[in-house]
Amino acid sequence: MPRQFVLPDLGEGLTEAEIVAVLVREGDAIQEDAPLLEVETDKAQVQIPSPMGGRVEKIHVEPGQTVKVGAVLVTFADVETGTRVASPAPGPAAAPPAAATPPPVAASRAATTAPDAPAAPPSRSGPVPATPSTRRLARELGVDLRAVPPTGPGGRVTDDDVRAAARASAPAPAAAARPAAATPLAPAALAPPLPRFEQWGPVERTPLSHLRRTIAERMTLSASIIPHVTHFDRADITDLDALIRTNLEAARARGVTLTLTGFLLKAAAVALAAHPQFNASLDAASGELILKRYHHLGVAVATERGLIVPVIRDVDKKPLLTVARELAALAQRVREGKATLDDLRGGTFTITNIGALGGTGAIPIINYPEVAILAVARAREEAVVRGGSIVPRLILPLTLTFDHRVADGADGARLAADLVRLLEHPDQLLLEL
Amino acid sequence: MVMGDLLREVDVVVVGGGPGGYSAAFRAAELGLDTVVVDASKRLGGACLFEGCIPSKALLHVAQVMHEVERARDIGVEYGEPKISIDALRAWKDDRVITKLARGLAGVAVRHGVEVIGGRAVFESSSALRVEGDTPQRIVFKHAIVATGSLPAVLPGLDSGTAGVMNSTGALELAEIPAELLVIGGGYVGLELGTVYAALGSRVTLVEMTDGLLPGVDRDLVQPLARRIDKLFAAVHLRSRVAAVRETAGRVEVQIEGQEARRFDRVLVAVGRRAQSTGLGLPSTRVQIDERGVIAIDERCRTADPRIYAVGDVTGEPMLAHRAMRQGRIAAEVIAGKASEFDNVAVPAVVFTDPEVAWCGLTEREAKEASRPVKVARFQWAASGRAATLARSDGLTKLIVDPESGRVLGVGVVGPGAGELIAEGALAVETAALAEDLAATIHAHPTLSETLMEAAQSLLLDTGKATSA
Repeated sequence: MPRQFVLPDLGEGLTEAEIVAVLVREGDAIQEDAPLLEVETDKAQVQIPSPMGGRVEKIHVEPGQTVKVGAVLVTFADVETGTRVASPAPGPAAAPPAAATPPPVAASRAATTAPDAPAAPPSRSGPVPATPSTRRLARELGVDLRAVPPTGPGGRVTDDDVRAAARASAPAPAAAARPAAATPLAPAALAPPLPRFEQWGPVERTPLSHLRRTIAERMTLSASIIPHVTHFDRADITDLDALIRTNLEAARARGVTLTLTGFLLKAAAVALAAHPQFNASLDAASGELILKRYHHLGVAVATERGLIVPVIRDVDKKPLLTVARELAALAQRVREGKATLDDLRGGTFTITNIGALGGTGAIPIINYPEVAILAVARAREEAVVRGGSIVPRLILPLTLTFDHRVADGADGARLAADLVRLLEHPDQLLLEL
Repeated sequence: MVMGDLLREVDVVVVGGGPGGYSAAFRAAELGLDTVVVDASKRLGGACLFEGCIPSKALLHVAQVMHEVERARDIGVEYGEPKISIDALRAWKDDRVITKLARGLAGVAVRHGVEVIGGRAVFESSSALRVEGDTPQRIVFKHAIVATGSLPAVLPGLDSGTAGVMNSTGALELAEIPAELLVIGGGYVGLELGTVYAALGSRVTLVEMTDGLLPGVDRDLVQPLARRIDKLFAAVHLRSRVAAVRETAGRVEVQIEGQEARRFDRVLVAVGRRAQSTGLGLPSTRVQIDERGVIAIDERCRTADPRIYAVGDVTGEPMLAHRAMRQGRIAAEVIAGKASEFDNVAVPAVVFTDPEVAWCGLTEREAKEASRPVKVARFQWAASGRAATLARSDGLTKLIVDPESGRVLGVGVVGPGAGELIAEGALAVETAALAEDLAATIHAHPTLSETLMEAAQSLLLDTGKATSA
């Protein structure tokens, strides 16, 4: 009997995806979990593995097409018995396709509740159970109904659920300034109309990619909600650099390339443990700071398609070499567009290293709903006065941007100072590992 | 622009005065937008009022009265043979029904300050259209709403100019009552109009391409109607196509595949409707149209052209007046900056035959095709007190319910009054009600509406859930 495979719920309130590539042909016999399609969502480019083994009878989509959750992607014939079979619109409890596909539900979207709260399973494909007036309220408050944990009977989203989600996503002052209707690109609704540029010369209009839109929306969200404050510091990493150089070969023998970023991750995890308010999220609705007892650090990776921030889990618990190895593998997956949504969610703090591209420093924007972000620029040899004489030292400029609602300048200075100390004295870092 | 042409500037121009168009125009005016309607016939109502829903329902009412009279014999009341005065019937339909409703709509337009301009609208750009007709003019608009509806589809290979061949519009004019009528198409239009003509005395033959009447509808809902149609019509040919049609001596000779050629006095082609998007100058805009002439819109009724919206049949299936009306209001509200969206879960569909067939939301067939697990509760009207008192026990009410949550996903009804009963189903599906909610709501006794409650209660019995919880 032929089976249809539909675009599963991708989580994070994502309702559609663009087909990037079809990796099978009609007539192919494929195994369960074999790569089937590549899709790009607002979040990432991901591979969708086959939920079942069988013969591909018909492919219903083509590259470039945008499909909604629940749309039929592929029809299988001669399905192997005993394999998991996708049902297009499973109920909340019966969700085999979600389990069989890599993009799971994320908990860190702005519209959901606190990331570490056990969120109720969001609704599956198909309409979200809610009355028309509740749906209207959600639109007016700019809340994605799919991301709202329901409390009503039979999984129904109530007005109160929507209001709670709205409060969680935006603190009071910003809420008033937000547009009533959730337009595809929220800031456009606030911005005054553009002049007709054609009057000054020819122009070309290019639609924003999914990724670009997401970045635009999230940066606007962060910049408009969080009062950013930035602290500058510099670390003398001459000794650390020497340490990296002397151990390069030894590490390479174990298949790992030692980089400054690996040390930055470990140093940040150690420093964050001493300053937990920077490894946190602010719940403005409840007036609580949510301290996270885990250290999942995001690293900004520049790709051809735009900025993506994969997350390395439990950096504090892993040896340096493991962190370095995971970082390299993750960065490669991201650049090849093979990262899963799991790779990209759950971060508690972000590091962005713009050194490779030069510059003397940058002021980053916080990766909402995190509290702080660290940017490092290129390390340069500088003339430093030591004990009365000028010596060449390798100096790394650091910029720590954090949420002033959560911490004050002195707190940020202390965190930066700890980071600098660990980077300047890799022996101290060793004691912490 | 030619000198001397009239030029108007408006907030909203609505092209087409059907249910989608007038709903959009009235809502836009309510929201304070300067709104005009351009309609080829210079009137509000569209195909629905003048050549669709309303006249067909008027005639079906006549068929209904005659069926009731016929059935009365079984319960000991006899009226004798009916006599039909077709001129009086036509006059009632045209003057007392259509004209009265049209006058009502015109009055509403005046009250809302919505002017109806007669003529054909042709877009010149994304911000201007010209009106061709008695009062040629150019309208510069901030927003346009295309609501040009649909036309009866033509059967490929059948010359629509053949005398004796008519579409639904022609059939509703009721020019005469043919002795022998062939209906091509077993969808709702063919069944409704076939029923009308059969009641008025025509011998009706029906040809349907697929293997059943009302293709796509759950079979258990169709069955009581199919039984009735078998009695009412002279013949029903399923899995059949018309091979050739030609005019011969004032009659129409028809060759049904696999059968001998036969003569009919009239042939009604009822094979669906096509979106009407040609001749509007849409290529001068950024509006996107597919190969079937359907205008692509999003859930806010926006086309690919940021200034132009589209609602109703011209945006594709389901081509139903009530969907168009909802879309019309949404388009107007979106233009006025409101957070409106066509997010409706249930668009009820009603076939106004006897018995009526109505459904909304998920059908059992759709659930099966999507391999979606559902629970189905059926309540046979044989067990309904009200149905017994109406001498109509041939009905069925069914609920399609999510097995996990108990949520009502779809409702289907067949029986007299199904078109009214489905309203409760639509409310249940749209508000994500649970079967338990239907079961615990008091329904007046004895009414047919109890069948919804009974179906819900039978389902809870299955799951062992107390209905009084």
